[in-house]
Amino acid sequence: MIDFHGYGPRLLAGAWLTTELALLSLLVAVVLGLLAASARLSRLRSVAALSATYTTLIRGVPDLVLLMLLFYGGQIGVNMITDRLYNAFDIDIFINIDAFIAGVATLGVIYGAYMAETFRGAFMAVDEGQMEAARAYGMSPWLVFSRIRFPLMMRHALPGLGNNWLVMLKSTALVSIIGLTDMVRVAEKATKATHEPFLFMLPVAVGYLLMTAVSELAMLWLRRRYDTGFK
Amino acid sequence: MEEWFAHIAPWLTGNEIFTPATLARYWDGLVNTVQLVFISLIIGLGMAVPLAILRGSPRAWVRAPVWLYTYVFRGTPLLIQLYLAYYGFAFVPGVQETWLWFFIEEPFYPALFAFTLNTAAYTTEIFHGAIRATPRGQIEAARAYGMSTALAYRRIVLPSAFRRALPAYGNEVIFMLHASAIASTVTIMDLTGTAYYVYARFYTPFPAFIFVALVYMALTFMILAAFRLLEKRLLRHLQTAA
Repeated sequence: MIDFHGYGPRLLAGAWLTTELALLSLLVAVVLGLLAASARLSRLRSVAALSATYTTLIRGVPDLVLLMLLFYGGQIGVNMITDRLYNAFDIDIFINIDAFIAGVATLGVIYGAYMAETFRGAFMAVDEGQMEAARAYGMSPWLVFSRIRFPLMMRHALPGLGNNWLVMLKSTALVSIIGLTDMVRVAEKATKATHEPFLFMLPVAVGYLLMTAVSELAMLWLRRRYDTGFK
Repeated sequence: MEEWFAHIAPWLTGNEIFTPATLARYWDGLVNTVQLVFISLIIGLGMAVPLAILRGSPRAWVRAPVWLYTYVFRGTPLLIQLYLAYYGFAFVPGVQETWLWFFIEEPFYPALFAFTLNTAAYTTEIFHGAIRATPRGQIEAARAYGMSTALAYRRIVLPSAFRRALPAYGNEVIFMLHASAIASTVTIMDLTGTAYYVYARFYTPFPAFIFVALVYMALTFMILAAFRLLEKRLLRHLQTAA
């Protein structure tokens, strides 16, 4: 058995944190991506422009810079707002930004922009006649979206979505820089303490490869599911 | 540089953060980032062309190692690769006495090493896809002209594959620029490292990081514009007549 100098359980805890962080960020990113893609295709010019600005700005800046901006700036920004509230209305609240929530929010906001581009293309690829038929059946807008538009769109979005997910999964490693103890941070600390980089970094790399392999299986299943009725 | 500072100095008076000294630091950061990204992209590109050809080899024992290399480097975070390069070399016992220490001591070289291997893996896959997309008929026509495999690659397959790979390679260049931000974690004073320094020194996250975000954005748009220009020139045959 490999001797992790007692870092084994912490590495596992770090791997669990990475998994949680990635899955929750994916949820935020997909929801934001759907909203932004719908906004981009809106007939209202201002709404479409707002969405275009969001996706362009986010995709022009490194995720680490955005992560640092939102993480270090977020607390100061929140403090400024609570100070104003205290001075103006005598409302005394203190909000401490949790590193995990900040990480999920930031990764979600960043990858929401990439998801938006994927979903936009996919929405445009759906045959308009399908939605007309659904409306002719008297379906409400929500029903049209959930039963017709979304499932048909997902078929086109899946390859891009899978790609974004894999990039995001690897980007979760960045949260180790802003202080979250994911598996990369545990490995880095252990490396500094024991001077054995390969002993800790290689298992973490294998961990990411495992997660990638599992994701590929999940994607295969999803693709088969959304291909129902085609081919 | 001196003249440039003299020119904008009046505009900066009264600003406590963006003093000429801070701006000079940002400039050094820009130089470091551009050097790191540019050199790794050039070496990575040079590695990727032969690797992409090997990756499509009909012999499995040639193909498999290249596949494994790209799979591992594309499947793990660049940060891990950077840490492995940075700590991996430095902690080898006795390395400080060898001539290699000259390169390892400076974090720039391990970072360059990791970035180069990473971009070479991604670029290999991009070229491999482009080579595979070569229309059968073109290869058959080259064969019919009596070209050897090497000549057909040099004259027919590679030139058209490079053109097809151009849009995807443009994305890879932008990806590398953004990924290079993590160089700051191994004490390299790149753009992000400078922004962190300014943040820590003045405790002002917004000016420090928003300024650097704008610099990255400007670089991104410059790369985009350059590739659009290249595509316009090299992919002219694919455009529909106006």
